[in-house]
Amino acid sequence: MVKKDVKKKKTSKAKTKPSKAKTTMAIRGRKPEYPKIITFACNWCSYAGADLAGVSRFQYPPSLRVIRVMCAGRITPAFILDALTSGADGVIVSGCHFEDCHYISGSRKAEKIIKTTKKLMHLLGMDERRLRFELISAAEGQKFATVAREFTKEIQDITIKNNGEK
Amino acid sequence: MGKNSVEEIIKRTNAYLCIDCGECTGSCPVSRVNLNYSPRLNVEKMLVGFFDEIKNDDGIWSCLVCGLCSQRCPSDVNYNEFIRLTRREVRKSSDNLNYTHNRVLQRVMEIMASKGIQNRTQWIEKSLKVSKKGKYLYFTGCLPYFEVIFEYLDIHPLEEGRSAVKIMNKLGINPVIRNDEVCCGRDLLFNGDEEGFLKLAKANKKMIKESGAEKIIFTCPECLDTVKNIYPEFVGKANVELIHITQLVNEAIEKGKLELGASKDKKFTFQDPCALGRGLNVYDEPRNIIRSIEESELLPMERERENSLCCGPSSWISCTNYTKRIQRVRLNQAENTGAQKLVTACPKCYIHLSCALSGDDIDLKIKLKPITTLIAETMGVKKRKKEQDASSKYVKEKVKT
Repeated sequence: MVKKDVKKKKTSKAKTKPSKAKTTMAIRGRKPEYPKIITFACNWCSYAGADLAGVSRFQYPPSLRVIRVMCAGRITPAFILDALTSGADGVIVSGCHFEDCHYISGSRKAEKIIKTTKKLMHLLGMDERRLRFELISAAEGQKFATVAREFTKEIQDITIKNNGEK
Repeated sequence: MGKNSVEEIIKRTNAYLCIDCGECTGSCPVSRVNLNYSPRLNVEKMLVGFFDEIKNDDGIWSCLVCGLCSQRCPSDVNYNEFIRLTRREVRKSSDNLNYTHNRVLQRVMEIMASKGIQNRTQWIEKSLKVSKKGKYLYFTGCLPYFEVIFEYLDIHPLEEGRSAVKIMNKLGINPVIRNDEVCCGRDLLFNGDEEGFLKLAKANKKMIKESGAEKIIFTCPECLDTVKNIYPEFVGKANVELIHITQLVNEAIEKGKLELGASKDKKFTFQDPCALGRGLNVYDEPRNIIRSIEESELLPMERERENSLCCGPSSWISCTNYTKRIQRVRLNQAENTGAQKLVTACPKCYIHLSCALSGDDIDLKIKLKPITTLIAETMGVKKRKKEQDASSKYVKEKVKT
């Protein structure tokens, strides 16, 4: 389990130094206590939301690796399967709220893609809970931190239960 | 590319017998739309020793592996083999493939190879009779994955699987369907990834051995071609009979075990899958089946049998506007016959041509129909949807009268 939540490592504007010991362990260690979670965050809402979470100093575990994409609709099943097979324990795809999508229908598209990917993961014998779709706006820093905490906890449970197998 | 591998390629494919006649380029469907691509040129480059040109040119990736050139070649150069070996060598140094669907299909195959556990048999409903052990094995191929990945085209490839099991049940066969079956690996092999192919082939070999089956039935001709013609070279020969579903049904029809009633449509035309036709020499069986449907008419296409045109992209790479043009030509040929349905015997042809038909710039009346679904519908088996139920009653009435 995570003993103490560490301040978010990556913020684009405010360059804070990561508190070393735990972050490096999380990056290098392959223990279930330190899962690796790839987060695809859309440029217009969720990435700004993650930024806000960092700037506001909301506490959440250091397990997330944020990858910025222009739109959540850009994600394809291949990206998610790639992430999972190359070592990530979980994937979050996060976009704008449906009504607020910068590209009008990007979030809807992402929702469909996530459904397809979940079916594929089920067929391939993976745990579908390792993939999560979230709608986080630029003002919801608190929600981003909550999602990160909850998802990390869930992934830890799954990994311990499955003995590290996907 | 090393010197030894070049010699190996030239020897194994008979490339040294090339008489530079140009028959291959003349018949190649890709050369017709993409003037930069020429099979003859590729063979010549290999013979003369311009490997770097082959390596840096993406021409080697635009081949459809349809086998039309090899069939017409007077010197018997095996161009499919040439492409396979060259791609293997080229891929060692550079990886500039143009994958379709962001490489998701290849990724799925790799996961299948590395991980034994799958949930691929959940589509089997209670109404379908399958057994745990038996003489007959049904090789579903990648149908469950196609069902998910090609959902956006509004097609249901798994319907073919269900229909195939229904047909087998009607013939008194309760097939074994294994959960540890994996993709046949043909696509990885023709992407130049021989390691990935070997993993899959070994897994399948083990699966076939464990199942103890004597006869394996396929719905996908590419799987059949791979298991029959390519597996022996890599993993040794399996002592089982391998047949396509059309061969099974044709045999039953000839023996009088199965009768096909009338369908909603009367006029059909048939698309020869490359692997089934040129690969395995099965031309007459599907045609006999369509002809034996009551009140049906089989209309010949402009190019058919040995000269049939490929459905477009292959091995899930290089889906370009060149292949779209080939598909458009093929669909227009089908439309010109005046048929209502274009019947296909390959799930991949079905997917590729459905994709071409769903385009905005195409306005054709012809619709596609997989042959297994057509057989299952016309043999009067109860159907799943309500609309189809009405048609089955109609079929039954027609059969009675």
